[in-house]
Amino acid sequence: MAPSVYRFKPWNVGRGIVWGLFALVLLVAPLLFTSNLSLTMLSQMGIAIVVCLSYNMLLGQGGMLSFGHAVYSGLATFIAMHVLNKVGVTGIPVSLIPLIAGIGGMGFAVVLGFVTTKKAGTPFAMITLGIGELVFAMSLMVPEFFGGEGGVSGNRVVGKPFLGITFGPQEQVYYLLAIYTFVCTAAMFAFTRTPLGRMLNAVRDNPERVEFIGYSTQRVRYLAFIISGFFAGVAGGMAAINFEIATAEVVGAVRSGGYLLFTFLGGATFFFGPIIGGVLMVIASVLLSEFTKAWLLYLGLIFLFMVMYAPGGIASLIMMNLRVAAFGKLRRLWTSYLALGGTALVVLAAAAAMIEMVYHLQLDNTLGSTVNFMGTTLNPAGLDAWFGSAFVLLTGLGLFEFVRRQFAHEWGEVQGEIEKEIKRRETL
Amino acid sequence: MEFFTISMLNGLSYGLLLFMLSSGLTLIFSMMGVLNFAHASFYMVGAYVAYSIAKLTGFWPGLVVAPIVVGLLGALFERYCLRRVHKFGHVPELLITFGLSYVIVEVVQLIWGRTAIEFLPPEALRGPAFTLVNSSVDGMQFVWGAAPEAMCRAADAAVRIVCSPFPATRGFMMLVAIAMLVALWLLLTRTRIGLVIQSALTHPEMVEALGHNVPRVFMLVFGAGSALAGLAGVIGGSTFVTEPAMAATVGSVIFVVVVVGGMGSLAGAFLASVLIGVIQTFAVALDHSLVGALRGLGLTLSDAVANNTFMKLTISQIAPILPYLFLVLILIFRPRGLLGTRED
Repeated sequence: MAPSVYRFKPWNVGRGIVWGLFALVLLVAPLLFTSNLSLTMLSQMGIAIVVCLSYNMLLGQGGMLSFGHAVYSGLATFIAMHVLNKVGVTGIPVSLIPLIAGIGGMGFAVVLGFVTTKKAGTPFAMITLGIGELVFAMSLMVPEFFGGEGGVSGNRVVGKPFLGITFGPQEQVYYLLAIYTFVCTAAMFAFTRTPLGRMLNAVRDNPERVEFIGYSTQRVRYLAFIISGFFAGVAGGMAAINFEIATAEVVGAVRSGGYLLFTFLGGATFFFGPIIGGVLMVIASVLLSEFTKAWLLYLGLIFLFMVMYAPGGIASLIMMNLRVAAFGKLRRLWTSYLALGGTALVVLAAAAAMIEMVYHLQLDNTLGSTVNFMGTTLNPAGLDAWFGSAFVLLTGLGLFEFVRRQFAHEWGEVQGEIEKEIKRRETL
Repeated sequence: MEFFTISMLNGLSYGLLLFMLSSGLTLIFSMMGVLNFAHASFYMVGAYVAYSIAKLTGFWPGLVVAPIVVGLLGALFERYCLRRVHKFGHVPELLITFGLSYVIVEVVQLIWGRTAIEFLPPEALRGPAFTLVNSSVDGMQFVWGAAPEAMCRAADAAVRIVCSPFPATRGFMMLVAIAMLVALWLLLTRTRIGLVIQSALTHPEMVEALGHNVPRVFMLVFGAGSALAGLAGVIGGSTFVTEPAMAATVGSVIFVVVVVGGMGSLAGAFLASVLIGVIQTFAVALDHSLVGALRGLGLTLSDAVANNTFMKLTISQIAPILPYLFLVLILIFRPRGLLGTRED
């Protein structure tokens, strides 16, 4: 039957370009970064992107703060490992394992989500925390499934080669994970456009009204939780193929906390925020942890400041600046940005020098009496290094505060002008 | 009998320690709607600060000063961080305390190192508070302090004597917790500031309109809650072990306590703390499993059943997950918690 009303639906060119670029980046990245380390990191980024996006389905879109998201990705990793170890018998292609893991993660979300989604808000957060602890404690009790202390390990090069693809080389694994990353990202974006996705946003913003309209908020949360569990499971399966091992820590509270932290840092209010978060997560845990032992402290501090000053995460900072740029006013701000960045770097360097010296005194005094810090050597036993860094820190702080005030003033002015401009355009 | 008595007392003392923590958490939650994720971190800071003070001046000044220091830290955090995100809603409030717990663990490791430190209770609390002497001839006897060596040794092989000491630190823990409970109750119901706090719980706008500084009351409550956690930390740290992981071990349990007791209910928190403390203490001591129980009933089990992992698990092995199982059961059968009133 022909529709009675003809609806004009133009191609969304901008969206097409963005998704095309995303696919292109996934395709080209391993050609630009060819070293072994970068290939491993890129694979991990794919996993992190999927899991952070699935987490944001709860946090950003449903307003559900979960402290136990690693349960679903982690249990799925274990399922994937067991399936992988039986590939020789069952003949399931290795490339389909993430899908099976996804169904497994979904199954656990169906069971556990029934309990957790009974509540929203703060009780929800605490219940997910409790469930996370429950599963983690169980992991040492049931060695058949969790493999005890050593975990479950396997070998991904078991299936029959298909068109010469054995998943032995990391490149082949990367492309498999990249395909999964792209498809999952697209699927999760599509989810935000479905009626359920929209209802989920409504449940986040005004649950009472949703109840009045006649929806069950609990049902909506439960369904979203199950779907999120599916994608977390896919990420868990991807991790199984990439690492070929699953230990108890993949379901642990530390992992869950990491997902929360980086999803928020990336930006929970925009769909693409968790993608930034996932990339940051891998960079921080692989590179930053090599660079300094105090990386968790820096991370925690950054997180604190982010919550206080930019609760929308990096994504919101980008979008705000894009708005300024769209109105052609970024030129007025760039000097302030330069000054802000410069003074912030000074403060950061001085604070980091002090933190590193304390860590040195506390932990590895045996390695020698001096600290190598950004090309200079500092002696934490002497007073002058402390005095110097304290001086730099205080100066930097003073300058930063001065520049910040200037910037806040200019920013306010620019925003005011933009508002005015928008009003003016509306009247046209 | 003596096993039951001593385990009961141990369980009660652990439950009361949990209550010292969960009472602060509940107060803060019911007042500000903020679940302080860093509450257990304040507990840890209390233990570490008391350790440093104890090294300088001895345990008793530490017992007083450390909670004050922790309370001040809590109040400062409320004033300069939490209040700033208050306008963004509850999730950022929870997140900022979550971030704080990260930072505190790292700072503690930065200052005091990554390994456990030796934080001992004072000389007066090191021995047992009393000893139960159970003899198969004379029956049960009660001795203050440690029982003399002669009493615990059987004169001849036919007489069986068991001496069960109860540690003085545990007794001290109970004393402090009960004193704190009474003080808290008196403060909330009998003083002016307590009345302001109680009314600010339900009608903050009205209280503000009457000329009370509600944000400052919030800051006070947050500081007091942190101080209570710090006090629990001094006692818990000296009784158990003071290490960077101590916040994580107790943290999730007190969240369970708060949910099980009913969000925002002090009496519920008390009931749930004691319940969980007692259950967990008894569970750790019981070495029974389903296999053993079925065999005890005179059943012969097939090898498949006897070697099943779940059947072989002893109660002491599942002790760590009991609080969480309890949480799940409560949520299914009584979602508002034991004494909770709000159904949300």
